[in-house]
Amino acid sequence: MIKVITGNEAAAYGALLAKPEVICAYPITPQSRIPEQLSEFYAEGLLKGKFVNVESEMAALGYVTGASIAGVRVFTATSSQGLAWMHEGLHWAAGSRLPIVMANVNRPLGAPWNLTCGQIDSLAQRDTGWIQFYCESNQEILDTIIQAYKVAESISLPVMVCLDGVYLSYLSESVDIPEQEKVDEYLPPYDPTRRALLGERTLKRHKKHPPQKDGYDPFNFTGNRYELHKLEIQCLEEAARANEEFRAIFGRGYPLVEEYKCDEADVVMVLTGSAAGTGRYVIDELQKKGYKVGLVKLKMFRPFPAELVRKALSGRKKVAVIERDISPGQCGIFYQEIKWALYNNMPIYGFVGGLGGEDISPKLIEKAIMYTIENDPPQQEAIWLGLEEKRQTDDYDRRTIKVY
Amino acid sequence: MTTIDVPLKYTSTDEYIKPPHGFCPGCGAALAIRYFLKAIGDKVILVMPPGCTAPSVIRALEHNGEPIDTVGSPFGNVAFIAAGIKSGLIAKGDTETQVIGWAGDGATFDIGFSAVSAAAERNDDIIYVCYDNEAYQNTGNQRSSASPWRTINTTNPPGAPKMEFKKDIMTIMAAHVIPYAATATVGFPDDLMRKAQKAKSIKGFRFLHILTPCPSGWGFPSHLTLELSRLAVDTKVFPLFEVEDGVNFVINRQPKGIPPSKYTRPQQRFQYLTDEFLLEFERMTEQRWKRLLFLAGYKKKDAKRLR
Repeated sequence: MIKVITGNEAAAYGALLAKPEVICAYPITPQSRIPEQLSEFYAEGLLKGKFVNVESEMAALGYVTGASIAGVRVFTATSSQGLAWMHEGLHWAAGSRLPIVMANVNRPLGAPWNLTCGQIDSLAQRDTGWIQFYCESNQEILDTIIQAYKVAESISLPVMVCLDGVYLSYLSESVDIPEQEKVDEYLPPYDPTRRALLGERTLKRHKKHPPQKDGYDPFNFTGNRYELHKLEIQCLEEAARANEEFRAIFGRGYPLVEEYKCDEADVVMVLTGSAAGTGRYVIDELQKKGYKVGLVKLKMFRPFPAELVRKALSGRKKVAVIERDISPGQCGIFYQEIKWALYNNMPIYGFVGGLGGEDISPKLIEKAIMYTIENDPPQQEAIWLGLEEKRQTDDYDRRTIKVY
Repeated sequence: MTTIDVPLKYTSTDEYIKPPHGFCPGCGAALAIRYFLKAIGDKVILVMPPGCTAPSVIRALEHNGEPIDTVGSPFGNVAFIAAGIKSGLIAKGDTETQVIGWAGDGATFDIGFSAVSAAAERNDDIIYVCYDNEAYQNTGNQRSSASPWRTINTTNPPGAPKMEFKKDIMTIMAAHVIPYAATATVGFPDDLMRKAQKAKSIKGFRFLHILTPCPSGWGFPSHLTLELSRLAVDTKVFPLFEVEDGVNFVINRQPKGIPPSKYTRPQQRFQYLTDEFLLEFERMTEQRWKRLLFLAGYKKKDAKRLR
């Protein structure tokens, strides 16, 4: 069934098709449509599980953490400040190895207030142990949510599906909503026995079993994190397999690292999220003009698919990374990771722009590529996109700061 | 030293908290969880944040192989993790297992307060027990909003006693119009166990506030735990009462009218409650008691109006 829906609604449809038994979310701009849509599904009787409204994002994650400990499939969604408010719980969910799936609508964190798009919220959570996917289109959001359950439950780790605020969350596209039977075939009911199951043991009352002590093992912390790390590495395979199985059933899929028209490219730019769509257009235009350029789209950020990135980028003359985040005092976060993956001295150019929802337009992308082609060697610091234009249009220079 | 003069009607032979555990000598919280589990049985899941009881209880249960499941949680997260577990169990068809949030005063009065309030508002089907030792005792006795007026602790060191009054958590919880809320203390185990069993028989959000004297934090010899616990009730400092549906207040024990100084004098933390302030302390205790009497004056027929 083809429907014209927003990214938020696509995430909600993805969750609906995965049939979670407990859903808990707290509203935040630009994510609010996800819990609204889910509660409408619930009101219409399409969603059989329990939908709970709570008092904060911390509670939303905590509630699904509890339900996941009891052994049921769960879903939650958040954005920006909400994700930051969950921070403690993110570590807890990964350390407890709970297959929670969460949609995160990418929006920067204040101050100053910004309600649009920027990826620093989820990138700042990279060390929590959550698997992270970044989506390019509304169709990809829906499909990735379904795939996320497959990945999460295969290795018992939480997954964050990230979609750009405003550009995906609010804009509508036609989305093919798969049939429930096909999704059921792809995604069997959750079998929590992979994780030591608490509710079941309480039900059986086997005195021989040692009691559960979930989340309490202070003397084996290093061992816990070692296992977590190993599972993350294993996740690269599982995610690729989940995608191939998905492609076999639904006829479409999304590689963890996608090469777009890279066969003869000397200069390759790396993009993620909704900007990758704009990037494809720019590559098409530049190739028509005879430039040997290509695009690599990163879908997976954690675990970092270093091998695939290396495969896609090695042998190129230059690499340009364009991203919607900055680690102040350092440089872009994707840039750091890619630089690490390509440990040789390949010239890599790090561009930063659109941090607060400004459009990464075809013009800006073209500008970045031209800069990459024309300048040697690359500078170590981040190159800012769109800042000059912004200065010219704003009354930036005339502004004075009051001192009280 | 007083002896326990109430008949232990509600006791059972079940014991879940046995040595070796990590509780201090004379710990009130140890008795609280022991009595509570005796009354409520083993068909429970205990959700505990970091605090005095979590490591001690988990150690005791694990060592003795007791069939009680425990879930550790971050500090302020007890109420919603417990509620989530209950939702998950119901989705799996288990309606019988009681999910217990077992948290101290810090995790209830302070960092977890919004969680407790929201769980009460949603009327989540859990029993939330606050064992109140009137400071962050596990981290070594720092001030909480449950610490009484003019007590000293490590963040209100000698010379700078706490100048704020104890938060009245029970009337706040009662104002949420929850099915059941009650105070209890370890000096009256019969009362505590009856309330635990009553809580078990009710559906919805149930709140127990248990005063658990702490020898190391309060500064008294460890053999005085039960005596101080009983004095807290009989001096009206910590009255025993229960509230049904937020309205129906029932006072469970008429205090003997012992002056509060009998309760405060043996405790080093009250060393700045000198005679000049003691009068004010007595006046306030009396005021709180009068308000409780006023609340308990409601008739039963009014009880259903708020729900």
